[in-house]
Amino acid sequence: MKTLFFLLLATPLFISCNNDNSDTLNSVNINFKFSQNWDGVQVTNADFNNTIYVNEMGRELNISRMRYLLSRFTLTNQNGDVFSTNQFNLVDMANNATLTFNSDLIVPEGTYTLSFIYGFNQEDNIDGAYPILNSASWNWPESLGGGYHFMQYEGSYDVNTEPKPYNLHNGTARVSEGVFEQNFVTITLTNPLVITTGNEIEIKMDIAEWFKNPDLWDLDLYNVTLMPNYAAQKLMQRNTSGVFSATIN
Amino acid sequence: MNTRFSLYGFLLLLSISSCSTSENTDEIFAATPLDLEIPQLFQDRILPPITSPTNPQSVEGVALGRKLFFDPILSGNGTQACASCHNPQNAFSDEQRFSVGIDGSIGTRNSMPLHNLAWNYNQKFFWDGRAVTLEEQIFAPVTNPIEMNNTWPNAVASLQSQSTYPELFRDAFGTTTIDSVLVSKAIAQFLRTLISANSRFDRHLMGENILTPQELNGIEVFMNESKGDCFHCHGNPFNPLWTDNTFHNNGLDETFADLGLGNVTGDPRDNGRFKAPSLRNLAYTAPYMHDGRFATLDEVINHYSEGLVFSETIDPLMKTVAQGGVHISESDKADLKAFLLSLSDESFINNSNFQDPN
Ligand code: HEC
Ligand code: HEC
Repeated sequence: MKTLFFLLLATPLFISCNNDNSDTLNSVNINFKFSQNWDGVQVTNADFNNTIYVNEMGRELNISRMRYLLSRFTLTNQNGDVFSTNQFNLVDMANNATLTFNSDLIVPEGTYTLSFIYGFNQEDNIDGAYPILNSASWNWPESLGGGYHFMQYEGSYDVNTEPKPYNLHNGTARVSEGVFEQNFVTITLTNPLVITTGNEIEIKMDIAEWFKNPDLWDLDLYNVTLMPNYAAQKLMQRNTSGVFSATIN
Repeated sequence: MNTRFSLYGFLLLLSISSCSTSENTDEIFAATPLDLEIPQLFQDRILPPITSPTNPQSVEGVALGRKLFFDPILSGNGTQACASCHNPQNAFSDEQRFSVGIDGSIGTRNSMPLHNLAWNYNQKFFWDGRAVTLEEQIFAPVTNPIEMNNTWPNAVASLQSQSTYPELFRDAFGTTTIDSVLVSKAIAQFLRTLISANSRFDRHLMGENILTPQELNGIEVFMNESKGDCFHCHGNPFNPLWTDNTFHNNGLDETFADLGLGNVTGDPRDNGRFKAPSLRNLAYTAPYMHDGRFATLDEVINHYSEGLVFSETIDPLMKTVAQGGVHISESDKADLKAFLLSLSDESFINNSNFQDPN
C-alpha cells in the first residue's frame, strides 16, 4: 500500500518536471505594470484636473481621463523563440487595479525583446465580443467601423486663459461612409529585457509624445469630435511612435 | 489486491467523513437559495451582476424584502413606505420634483428609479455615490429626517411586536430576533431582483424587427459623435445598462447649489459631478436630473442641444459647451426622443412579482 500511495503522489511531480524541459532555467510568469509620465515626470490620477502640462506647441493643458487598450503581448528571445499571449488589458488611470496585469505568459529566464499591439488587431477587434470591455463602455460606434476604442485621453487646454476640452479618442479610421481602415499599431521595443524570477515588466506611456513625434499636434486644429476625423485618427496612429517604452523592475 | 482495497477503503472513509459533516445540519437553518435570473441580453453582452457574499439571495429573503419595501411600518409615524417614493408604476421612482418626507419636509434630490442595481459595477449608490453597497444604502432612508424619520430601535421594535414579521425573519434568516442588518439584507435581496431587460429596444437587440425608422435614426443620433454624442456616458447597444455607472458634470449649472460627488469626497474637483443615470424606463421616471429640474424629455434634449453652461469641473466630454451644445435639428431631436422612449420596459413596471404584497 505504501508503495502504491507513494507512486500516486509522485507521478504528477514527475510529469511537471518533464514538461519543463530545461534543467537549469526557471520559468517566469510574466506580470506587467503600466505607468504614465509626461516627458519623464510620473503622472498619476492625483494629477487629474490638477497638474498643468505644456505640450510641444506651448499649450497649457490638464488631463482628466486616460484609458488605453494593449493586447497580444509577445516576448522574443535571442534565438528567435517567440512567447505570446492573446490576452488584452484595458488600462484606466482612474482605477489603480488596472495598472498591473498578471498575464498567462510563461517564459524561461533569459533576455528578450517586447512587442505588443496598441489597440486590437483586425482579428481581435470584433464588435461587442468582450463583456468586460462592453461593461466599460469601451465600444467604438458601428458607423465608424465598430469594435473598440484603443484610447480615450481627455482634458482641457488653455487652462489658464480660456479652457476648452480636448478628446483624443482613437480607434478604427473611417475613410468615407462604409469604408474603414485598420488603425492599430504593433509596438516593437528593441531594448533587451533581462527576465529573471520575481521581476515585472513595466510598460511606460509618455503622454507628451502624443503631441510631438513625428507630427506636431495642433490643438486648434484637432481638439474634439475626432472619432470620425480620418486625418486625426491617422495622426494619433503615427504619433504612437515615441509613446511607449519598457523596462524590467 | 489487499493494498488496493485498503486504498479504496481509505478514500471511501474520506468521502464518508466529509459527507457526515455536511449531513449533520438538521439543526442548521437553510433558506431556499434563489439565483438572480440573468436576462440573455445581459448574459451575452456584459459582466455578471454583483451579489453579496454575506447576503445570499433566497426565496424567503426576497419575499420578506418585498413586504418590508411596501410596508409603512418602517417610518416614524407609520405613514410612509419605501414604495411611497419608489413606486413600481414609476419604475420605482416618483413623480415629485423633490421627494416629500413623513412630516411634509421636502428633500433636495429627485427620487431615483430602482432597476438593474446588481449591475452597478462600481457599487456606488445615490446621485452622489455616498453609499458603497446596497445593504448600506438601505440604512439611510429609514433614519433620514426628511424621509422616513424613524430610529432603528423604534423600527425594529415595531417589526418585532407585529404578529407575522418574526416568523418571516426566521424563514429568511433563521432567527426571530429582528435587527437593522437583517432588515437591510432582506430589502437588498428584493431590490436585486428588480431587473429590467425587456424594452422594445432590448427586443430589437435580441433580433426582433420592431423599431420604427424614427427610433432607428434616434439611436444613430445617440451614437454619432457629430450629432447627439450621448454614448460615452450612457452606454450603447453592447452595454444595455445605458449608463457608465460613473460621475460627471454634464453642464447644468455655472455654480452649484448641490456639490454632488464633491460633498462626499471633499475634493473640489468633484463638485457638480453626479451619477450618470441609466436611460431605461424614462417614460415613467419624469422629472429628470438629480434635482428634477426638467419636467420633460424635450427639456433634457434641449439642454444637451443648446443649454450647456461652463463650469470649472465640466466634463471634457461636453465637447460643445462653447457653442452651448450639440445643436441637433428638430427632427433629430424628435427621433432621439423616440429612441430614448423605446428603452422603457412595460413588463418591468407591471411585473406581478414587484407589486405590493401586503
Ligand atoms: C421620502 C422619499 C424616499 C423614501 C421614503 C425612500 N427613498 Fe430611496 N431615494 C429617495 C431619493 C430622493 C433618492 C436619491 C437620494 C440621493 O441621491 O441623495 C433615493 C435613492 C435610493 C436608492 C439609490 C439608487 C441608486 O441607483 O443609487 C436606493 C437603492 C433607494 N433609494 C432605496 C430605498 C429604500 C430601500 C427605501 C426604504 C427603506 C427608500 N429608498 C425610501 C427617496 C426616498
Ligand atoms: C459627460 C457625460 C454625459 C453625456 C455625454 C450625456 N449625459 Fe446625460 N447625464 C449625465 C449625467 C451626469 C446626468 C445626471 C446629471 C445630474 O442630475 O446632475 C445625466 C442625465 C441625463 C438624463 C436624465 C435621466 C434621469 O433619470 O433623470 C437624460 C434623459 C440624459 N442624461 C440623456 C442624455 C442624452 C440624450 C445625451 C446625448 C444628447 C446625454 N445624456 C449625454 C451625463 C452625460
